[in-house]
Amino acid sequence: MKKTYSKHMIHLFLLPALVFYVGFMIYPIASALLNSFFEWNGFLRGDFVWFKNFIRLFTESPFQETFFNALEHNVVFFIVLIPAKLMVAYALALVLHGKLKGKEFYKTVFFLPKLLSVIVVGYLFSLILNPSYGALNTALDAVGLDSWTRPWLGSPATALLSIIFIDSWYEFGFAVLIFLVGLQSISSEIYEAAKIDRATGLTLLFRITIPLSMPSIMIMTILTFISAFESFELVYAMEGTSGGPYYSTDVLALFFYRLMFGSAGGGESIGLGSALAVVLLFLISGATAISMGFFKRKEVDY
Amino acid sequence: MKSFFKYAFVSLFAFLSLYPIFLMIMSSFKTKKEITTSPLGLPHRFSFDNFVEVWNKVNFAKFLGNSVWVSVISVLIILFISSMAAFYLARFNYRWNGIVLFFFMLGLMLPMKLAISPLYMQLLKLNLLDKLSGLIIVYVAGHISFAVFLFFGFFKTLPKDLDQSARIDGCNNFQVYYKIILPLMRPAMATVAITDLIKVWNDFFYPLIFIKTTEKGTIPLGMLSLFGEFDTQWNLLFSGLTLSSLPMIIAFLFASRQFIEGLTAGAVKS
Repeated sequence: MKKTYSKHMIHLFLLPALVFYVGFMIYPIASALLNSFFEWNGFLRGDFVWFKNFIRLFTESPFQETFFNALEHNVVFFIVLIPAKLMVAYALALVLHGKLKGKEFYKTVFFLPKLLSVIVVGYLFSLILNPSYGALNTALDAVGLDSWTRPWLGSPATALLSIIFIDSWYEFGFAVLIFLVGLQSISSEIYEAAKIDRATGLTLLFRITIPLSMPSIMIMTILTFISAFESFELVYAMEGTSGGPYYSTDVLALFFYRLMFGSAGGGESIGLGSALAVVLLFLISGATAISMGFFKRKEVDY
Repeated sequence: MKSFFKYAFVSLFAFLSLYPIFLMIMSSFKTKKEITTSPLGLPHRFSFDNFVEVWNKVNFAKFLGNSVWVSVISVLIILFISSMAAFYLARFNYRWNGIVLFFFMLGLMLPMKLAISPLYMQLLKLNLLDKLSGLIIVYVAGHISFAVFLFFGFFKTLPKDLDQSARIDGCNNFQVYYKIILPLMRPAMATVAITDLIKVWNDFFYPLIFIKTTEKGTIPLGMLSLFGEFDTQWNLLFSGLTLSSLPMIIAFLFASRQFIEGLTAGAVKS
């Protein structure tokens, strides 16, 4: 009797994690998927309508305009982050990987911004970029570049780019660390062999260093893609729920927020919002799946 | 010459990283007038008046308490239940273990934020909306996958002889877990604890949606009400931002190596 009792007790090790995970992660995500295929009237579920919500989102005004406008900003976000965050971070990682005093100091300092809450970063920079009293315009004035001063977050021409650069400021230190891990995994024998072949600086960089640190480059590119398509808090803190000025910083997650918790979707917000959630889910999960596949294959051996 | 450029390059970015944080801290000592007349200068005197005012006016102690409660309890639950699940999956050979592990791994690629509206309805039905316990449940659910994944990997590197010899000595499974496994798991536990602590502590999204009463907010939500109420008093805004960032910055300065190792391990492995 006691034997069977303790035999079943063993499943108690798995049970709590499984209950939390299924109840509050898998079940809600499955519901979001399912909800996107139904017609909604407020909180009342109507008929099963196949892809109607998706089609409306992509083709019907005003959803279509908002959707593609926001999507474009997500794409710009990703594309600008590649040079602004990733390339800068890779260059810094290369320098830190070489002979340098105070490496630990630099690593610590680069990483520091990442410790702040995104909302703090957003608010801090909206003060720094304030057109009248902000530190940036004051500094530009002080060094005689007063023609450069502008309402950074108030003008559609600069708002999105400003936010992307702030995101780079927040995240680049983390990228430096990931790249460093990648660079440190390259064995020194390869470099020595290359030096015997009289390979020089740039050849070494493009023929050996970059190809051999491809796994960390890939993982950072995909993480950057995900963060670009998930971005919400920074824009929310700096430009509000409608991605001002004039929707010039609107992103998909903000549109999703307005559909779900604002009035952008009218009475059908759950259907349209869930459809948008599913689109984002496919983009983000797809990217993650690719990255994990990449990691299984690992790097090319020389 | 070449090394001069190297130092100039890394120093420039060190400056760029530090300066906004430095500016934030310096500005929080200034008077309201000083911030507009000399936004870049150092404060005339280091007075803690702003901090005291923010602390009292926005009920900062309450936000701090809520943040500490939510992050500590969430992290403890995550560590406890995920380590048990990973122990089960790695040390017992039930035929469904492979599938269950894969099922947990799915969570690594599912962005939970997109399930926000079903989650909202669910918490509403369970009467957990606008409650810290609701937030804790959501954080635990969202972080299990990563913790199970990391702990499972850890068990694979841990020789089985240890727990087997403990069994021969008469320990049951719970004693093996508690007396042998938990103490050995400290490094993996630290990685998960630090990664999740930073994420939960800094999160703004879930409190924004699930918490309606101001007094029940965590620190990031406190910033929202601070900026809503005192948007012209920049001295208070800066000191509020400083106050809310200090706990993490201080913790980091004490254990920067663990922080860095924890977070990079998290990214490389996930």
